[in-house]
Amino acid sequence: MATSASQVQRPLAAESGVAQEPSWLSNFANYLRRNPAMIAGILVLLSLVAFEIVGLLSVDIQRARPLSARVLQPPGPGLPFGSDRNGRDLFAAAVAGIPMTFRIGLIAGLLGISIGTVLGFFSAYYGGVVDTVIKTVVDVGLTIPGLMVLIIIATSFRGGLTVEQMALVVAILAWLHPTRTIRAQVLTMKERAYIQVARLSGVSGPRIIFTELMPNLLSYLAAGSVNAVSSAILASIGLEALGLGPMDSPTLGMTVYWVIYFGALINGWWWWWLPPIVLISLLFIGLFLVSLGLDELANPRRRHLV
Amino acid sequence: MLLGYFVRRIGLFFLIVWLAATVNFFLPRISGQNPIEDKLMQQATMGGYQQAGMKEMVAEYSKKFGLDKPLWQQYLTYLGDMARFDFNYSISNYPKTVLEMMREAIPWTIGLLLMTTLLSFLLGTLLGASLAWPGTPQFIKWLFPPLILLHAIPYYLFGMVLTYLFAFQIKIFPIFGGYTAGTIPSLSLSFITDVLVHSILPASAIILVAIGGWALGMRAMMITTEGEDYMVFGEAKGLKGATLFMRYALRNALLPQTTSLALALGHIVSGAVLVETVFAFPGIGTVLYHAIREGDHFLIQGIVFSVIVTLGVATLIMDMIYPVLDPRITYRRA
Repeated sequence: MATSASQVQRPLAAESGVAQEPSWLSNFANYLRRNPAMIAGILVLLSLVAFEIVGLLSVDIQRARPLSARVLQPPGPGLPFGSDRNGRDLFAAAVAGIPMTFRIGLIAGLLGISIGTVLGFFSAYYGGVVDTVIKTVVDVGLTIPGLMVLIIIATSFRGGLTVEQMALVVAILAWLHPTRTIRAQVLTMKERAYIQVARLSGVSGPRIIFTELMPNLLSYLAAGSVNAVSSAILASIGLEALGLGPMDSPTLGMTVYWVIYFGALINGWWWWWLPPIVLISLLFIGLFLVSLGLDELANPRRRHLV
Repeated sequence: MLLGYFVRRIGLFFLIVWLAATVNFFLPRISGQNPIEDKLMQQATMGGYQQAGMKEMVAEYSKKFGLDKPLWQQYLTYLGDMARFDFNYSISNYPKTVLEMMREAIPWTIGLLLMTTLLSFLLGTLLGASLAWPGTPQFIKWLFPPLILLHAIPYYLFGMVLTYLFAFQIKIFPIFGGYTAGTIPSLSLSFITDVLVHSILPASAIILVAIGGWALGMRAMMITTEGEDYMVFGEAKGLKGATLFMRYALRNALLPQTTSLALALGHIVSGAVLVETVFAFPGIGTVLYHAIREGDHFLIQGIVFSVIVTLGVATLIMDMIYPVLDPRITYRRA
């Protein structure tokens, strides 16, 4: 039950308050102990990093190109994940694919959250016509199913997409959601007394935004960034699985596309589809847990929810 | 004031539809593609069976689009076509029209997604509510963490795992399709059971992944509601636990859930494009996948436009009936 959970937490918080000037690090460690979702998430993501490092040290990622190995070999010596119908070394494809997929998510997600932050702050703080325009655009944009719009955009580029272009396509819609949530946050914050005081003492608008509002929303922005990266990866993998991705790059989503294209599932080539599914799932679960943990940090009222 | 709100809301709907049609029209032209010519050239170089329909197709399209006319005239013709849901012919399935192909696929998609959306909403909401209730047996609470983690995984990837386990390894379910190949769709009992058996795997993939999200949302709402003053008051009055739970907490916490349900219902047509693809389920998603694979631009545009309109209608209806569900909502100009 909710109340019992928060009662357990109270003495813990009191303890750390009693300790003399706890260092930043021990504060952080104390905090992590209260936030198992964050620990689990970080561990899952670290396991992916470890896989990536081991992979980069042990295989040449050039072998992710077609005709690098005999086709359709099950896992065995020299080919830890086997090979696909085009003769790609699937271990090399996985090692090469993780950073690519992550790069798409990072570029698109961070672009989305940056644009969303600027627009959200601007819109909420200054209000007026600009606010009405931004709010309407966001409301309209969010009513349109994102994947469908991305499909139309991606079909216009067909064939020649690079990983970076893919990220930009996904970024086209990635700013809508952050703009709405950040605008809502700033709207409630700017009515607080300390903002009013700052405004009455003649502090300039940008200064209030950067020194008063921004620091208070940092953890919120952090949770928002993780969510934005995660949904950008989701969108990119969806597009790639439909065959609208960078055709000659072995991103995790493109591997899924080839799996569907060649019917690896019904042909029993399990080594082909298992690694991308496991890696993608770990990536999403890790990001989800971290965002859950950051959400708890940003939103102390939800502390007993996690 | 209410009337003004409705007018604005309907205006917004038409704005969305117009934007969608406009983007559909201009995007291929900006990127310098000519989908008809590309496709016809491609088919001409391949030669073969599609040659037969090509001459009529070229004639039909030139007349239809008036490709010699100025761009604004083409644009107006296009908007007129869209308003009448005339999406022209499918390029790769000529002489079938896009509308015909969509009409065949849509019942499958709506059937699968209506069922799975409602079931996962029901199960997830109940699970989420019971998690916030002290009387719930412990084993139900253990269901929550795995379902939450499952929620982070895309439907179609989980669907692939299910297919492998329950159709390939243990052959208890059919591996793909919406019905046994060779049977003719009819309303007979045997055909309906056949369809149901084929739907079990795609449906469980969607339901099992979706439950976690509904449960998470409902649990959060329940915990917020349990902190409300009227709950404390009800408890102080000595109301029975069950009454407090059902009539006071559950009912109020349900409201945001129903909003999400309406949105989810709007996503019915587009929600499972990739699940359908993975299971080769004969719905709109599979049609879209093949359209993309074959570069059938008219089919892609027709489906995308219809999905946007469907979602627009769903959110419009939801916004209209919301005051009935929640009298606290006031329609002010924001």
